[in-house]
Amino acid sequence: MGEPVLEVCGICKRFPGIQALNKVHLELYKGEILAVVGENGAGKSTLMKILDGIYSPDKGEILYRGKKITIDSVQTATKLGIALIHQELNLSDNLDIAANVFLGREPCKMGPLRLIDRNRINKDTAKILRRLNVDCSSKTIVKDLPIGQQQMVEIAKALSINACILIMDEPTSSLSKFETVQLFRVMRELKSQGVSIIYVSHRLGEVKEVADRVTVLRDGCNSGDLSREEIDYDRMVKLMVGRNIQKFYRHMQYLTPKPVLEVRDLVVPSSPEHPINLKLHSGEILILAGLVGAGRTELLQTLFGVDKPIGGTILLNGKPIVIKSPGDAIHAGIGFVPEDRRLNGLILEMAVEVNITLAGLKNYQKMKLIRFDQVRSVAKNMIGQLKIRTPSIDQEMQLLSGGNQQKVVLAKWLSLKPRILLLDEPTRGLDVVSKEEIYSLMEKLVSEGVGILMASSEMQEVLGVADRILVMHEGRISGELNQEQFSEEVVVNLTTGGK
Amino acid sequence: MKKVVGIATLLALIMIVTGIINIKFFSPYNIRNILRWVGLFGILSMGEALVIISGGIDLSLGSICGFIGSLLPLLIATHRMNVALALFICFAISLGMGITHGVFVTKLKMQPFIVTLCGLFIYRGVIRFITNDVTQSFGQSFLGLKFMVRGVIPADFWSESARVPSFIETWSIPMPLVIMIFVAVVLWLFLNRSIYGRYLFALGCNERAVRFSGINTDRIIIIAYTISALLGGLAAVLFALYINGSQPSSQGVFFELYAIAGAVIGGCSLRGGEGNILGIILGTAIVRVLYNAINILGIATQLEYAIVGVVILGGVAIDEFVKLYTERRQAKKGS
Repeated sequence: MGEPVLEVCGICKRFPGIQALNKVHLELYKGEILAVVGENGAGKSTLMKILDGIYSPDKGEILYRGKKITIDSVQTATKLGIALIHQELNLSDNLDIAANVFLGREPCKMGPLRLIDRNRINKDTAKILRRLNVDCSSKTIVKDLPIGQQQMVEIAKALSINACILIMDEPTSSLSKFETVQLFRVMRELKSQGVSIIYVSHRLGEVKEVADRVTVLRDGCNSGDLSREEIDYDRMVKLMVGRNIQKFYRHMQYLTPKPVLEVRDLVVPSSPEHPINLKLHSGEILILAGLVGAGRTELLQTLFGVDKPIGGTILLNGKPIVIKSPGDAIHAGIGFVPEDRRLNGLILEMAVEVNITLAGLKNYQKMKLIRFDQVRSVAKNMIGQLKIRTPSIDQEMQLLSGGNQQKVVLAKWLSLKPRILLLDEPTRGLDVVSKEEIYSLMEKLVSEGVGILMASSEMQEVLGVADRILVMHEGRISGELNQEQFSEEVVVNLTTGGK
Repeated sequence: MKKVVGIATLLALIMIVTGIINIKFFSPYNIRNILRWVGLFGILSMGEALVIISGGIDLSLGSICGFIGSLLPLLIATHRMNVALALFICFAISLGMGITHGVFVTKLKMQPFIVTLCGLFIYRGVIRFITNDVTQSFGQSFLGLKFMVRGVIPADFWSESARVPSFIETWSIPMPLVIMIFVAVVLWLFLNRSIYGRYLFALGCNERAVRFSGINTDRIIIIAYTISALLGGLAAVLFALYINGSQPSSQGVFFELYAIAGAVIGGCSLRGGEGNILGIILGTAIVRVLYNAINILGIATQLEYAIVGVVILGGVAIDEFVKLYTERRQAKKGS
């Protein structure tokens, strides 16, 4: 294997109140894909930001082709050929691909006028796009590209600076299965061209598929390395959490014969050509599987009254109800945990207590004045029930970890004792332990007779948690699976439109 | 709370410096004069603040002052309308203006800046047309109404023949401040104790999350614009009574900017979701004290705007600087 391209030795980094990295060691060889895995807060992102010059380490050294170097800024990292692709894409989506690829480094012509040499950037960009097998013009506006292609623009940007070390932070988190496969093909291609890739991910299945080597971090320390042959799910999980976790979450079945929620010919505004029919029983977890953009979020939002349905009937316990606003849905006993908790679920600048009681505030008032004693006791009660880790009920929301933030969103609904819960990707971006907590909470709710309709894109979650699966594809329900029919192949087939 | 202390300190500083240079600043007459203006502009600032907390802005307040301030004397002095009926019409029009702003902002999803900017133009133009640009005056009557701005209590409770004790006469409070304090208490209850206030702060931070919690955010936003316009109408009536009339083309010009200045110095963020009543009153006081200081100290009045601008800029800059500094120090302490 020879000498590593990049070697990280004994890196330490401390943030207020937390040792983010403690003597971390990592090596990267030419032409390999190294996966760095770990729970949320294990220090993966911090380490990557140190390699990109965003943070500087407190202690330790970085060797680049055997020579000791200091990476004190992103510019230095760029010069060395290190490029970091962030989880959230950093593109100016109103500009075209070429403009994005060369942003800040535009070649100029006409001397002092410094006009951008558009010909050259288009030609160079086109060359890189061909190398990545992306079949679109360099003049396409980024906004008009699907998310997977936008990711390719980021990679093109990295390649245009001749990056030989490519760091990708959770690149697949918003990609569909198909786009993920494409990305992996490009990663393998780049690898064969001698580019070294550090691939940071939560998705252990994908790591297994694409990585040559795995470095596992736990609580800011190295907890182990795995070579190609050693990579398997259980080993990685064991190193990440330091113990074996239960792999599947099969709960008892609490199905009742009559559906608590029935949807007949519901016309969702985003795909009016496919009316939706479904039944949700009390005590059941019904999972909506499908690709990003298959229409699951739109369906859930319509059921919750965020979008207004064009037609169709919604029956609650057999009686038709009208849902024209979230208020109507809440009145009917429906709760909704939206996909993006930071955008749609929480008020990050306000206290935990405010967030927990927001939806139910109407119930804790006397002559429109808030009954603070009630509000506080409800908040305390929910924090205790859901084991939300927060120093006090007055803590600002944004200071909580992702898992605890999601629990606050759930607490908001559970404080209203809903009969039906709509969950849109409730475990996205959460670490294994937080996920497990959410699952056990769902299990408890189901045992109390709540019906759960949940959209999920993670295969393991879909197969592990569901009592029944509905697969959506391009706005319509393309299949229904009962427990005995569950299989990964069938679900993948249905989500991609196959039979 | 820290913010309020900072604003109060700035206010005290300006007052002390002015007082040292010219002791007349602290004369009861002058203080009473300042308090009267704080009362008038405070009402305006508090209404503006509600809209700012919702994440919007209300640029129409100055023109509302011009419109209502000219309409009231037109109705009761020129057309001899019943005073109660005229006041009712004035407030009904303010109410309608506020609801209109709110409906355009929420239902048509138009930007608050544009909606209220058009309000600013429209109301001014319409009142100039109605009055034919003729200055409106209350004349010598309507003393009862005028008491609402010119009166001081409790000194005015003494009958005309009786001698008011000098202590009471010195320390009586002008009526506009009394009205403002009443408004402040009601709005404080609204913002900090009612469910609507909590919704308003929350939607100023993240409207979608509030809507996804089943709350009719449109209604809350419309309420904010309505209260703002209603308080604009109230201030308009008081301003017009105080100067005994109104020139339709100039009455209230720029007042919306003073209202915004008061709210922003008082700790409201134009991003929304932030602000408190006490801070807003102190912020308004800073602007008024500055104006007064310029007069008392004999600084060229042409410099008025420049000085007010510099002090606002300086105050907000210091606030940001202190925030950055404390953040950095906390970060250092932690590591």
